Amino acid sequence: MNLEELYRETILDHNQSPRNRRALAHPTQAAGLLNPTCGDQIHLELEVKDGIVQDVGFDGHGCSISMASASMLTEAIKGKPVEDALALARHFKAFLTGTPSPVPLGDLEALRGVSQFPSRVKCATLAHNALEKALSGSEEGDRLR
Amino acid sequence: MIEPLVDVEKDFPIFRREVHGHSLVYLDSAATSQKPAVVLESMDRFYRQYNANVLRSVHTLAEEATQAYAAARDQVAAFIGANHPEEVIFTRGTTEGLNMVARGFGDLFVQPGDNIVLSPMEHHSNLIPWQQLAKRRGAVLNYVELEPDGSLSVDALNKAIGPKTRIVALSRVSNVLGSINPVAEAAELVHRYGGVMVVDGAQSVPHEPTRVSELGADFLAFSGHKMCGPTGIGVLWGRAQWLEMMEPVIYGGEMISYVDRETATWAELPHKFEGGTPNIAGAIGLASAIEYLTTIGLSRIQQHTLTLGERAYDALARVPGVSVYGPKHPHAGVVAFNVDRIHPHDLAQVFDAHGVAVRAGHHCAQPLMQWLGVGSTARASFYLYNGERDIERLVEAILEAKRFFQR
Repeated sequence: MNLEELYRETILDHNQSPRNRRALAHPTQAAGLLNPTCGDQIHLELEVKDGIVQDVGFDGHGCSISMASASMLTEAIKGKPVEDALALARHFKAFLTGTPSPVPLGDLEALRGVSQFPSRVKCATLAHNALEKALSGSEEGDRLR
Repeated sequence: MIEPLVDVEKDFPIFRREVHGHSLVYLDSAATSQKPAVVLESMDRFYRQYNANVLRSVHTLAEEATQAYAAARDQVAAFIGANHPEEVIFTRGTTEGLNMVARGFGDLFVQPGDNIVLSPMEHHSNLIPWQQLAKRRGAVLNYVELEPDGSLSVDALNKAIGPKTRIVALSRVSNVLGSINPVAEAAELVHRYGGVMVVDGAQSVPHEPTRVSELGADFLAFSGHKMCGPTGIGVLWGRAQWLEMMEPVIYGGEMISYVDRETATWAELPHKFEGGTPNIAGAIGLASAIEYLTTIGLSRIQQHTLTLGERAYDALARVPGVSVYGPKHPHAGVVAFNVDRIHPHDLAQVFDAHGVAVRAGHHCAQPLMQWLGVGSTARASFYLYNGERDIERLVEAILEAKRFFQR
């Protein structure tokens, strides 16, 4: 097994220097998620104005895959329309099960190797699931802390 | 150099395989143990030669199956020093046994305002059934506070157990800290107040000679699959006086005495707790596992896994950046640890690439993770097929992981 396939440089870099790992001053949406099998935790905050993700930040703890994935996600959706952010999350999750993405995934492409490790897919999608939860608006309890 | 207690490749077919080009170093026996060929063969023989349902039919196959199933119960009883085989109930595993006690016995025995004593190191299966019982009955959970090293002292038991204590539920050996708990002392205390002692033996019964009277237990639950037996079979032992009083939680075939349109009465022990067709092959496999372990000797196994546990503890503690949890001595053959700045999942992934299988996560003990102040840990656990070479391979794998992630 080639560990470099799974843990690409980009992933290790995002894990060591996570982007947007901070609380927002004025979040409009937020969601927390737990990965009950691992105990990984993520809290994602968004500031959405005029249908655009103006700002996004996260906090939490977990393995390098989950934390790097969260960091990459925040970079990918910042400044994007909400629909595009949701589409990205959807396409990324399909990408991890082997479906090529119709939209560019940016740094998230580095997580390609995860598809060969089914037990780690949950780690890689934790932030994306949190994003969907935050933007779905159905989780009133999670909107703003 | 401590060698495995048995000829590993001869007894355990699984060790003939490789993982990612490496010989398998299996350090996850606290999750489930590997299975010796004799156990697999005993179950195969049942299905090929005398498969039939038990306790129901008079034909030859049914007689043979029924006899084997009864003999398995006798073997379990002898293995744990039970007075009567009827006190041995076959379950799916420890979890089911503990749930049965909480429901069938706890609901009758615990009154509002009573307390149930637990420790923060309990596995969720010896925690949530009691949380739910406390909710149903309006009882209070009292936690025994752990010592700073994760051991459980008799002093702390003294503080937690009192006149209102109806149930004390403790694991004999922690599945994370490797602590060995003074269950007999706890039993003596709770018996003073007329309460009962429930022992989670999942991590102890596979690793030490067990005598229910010496443990002072009123109930003891354990799993077959952690002691070289198959999955899906376990044991709940209870003192006959309590089992007589305890209500079944599964109703159906073969657990009744008389049924009419409106009512039913229960079968004698142990059948009233074994509704439905039992796991016959599982019981036969478990009996075979008991025979296998007994031939090697439980005292030898105990000495072996304790020694490996303590050597692993010391070897890991010497690696810079490694934190090891639980008491230094005695430390059972389950060792939880973390490596600075490497998440346990990433650690386990790198280990796997080197053929080393460990568990990473919260080990179904979230309150204990909270007590330790960590989200999760890696855990190496040992059994009779492990040797000191496996500890070396583990340490080498840690050094590999450090090179990989801290480059």
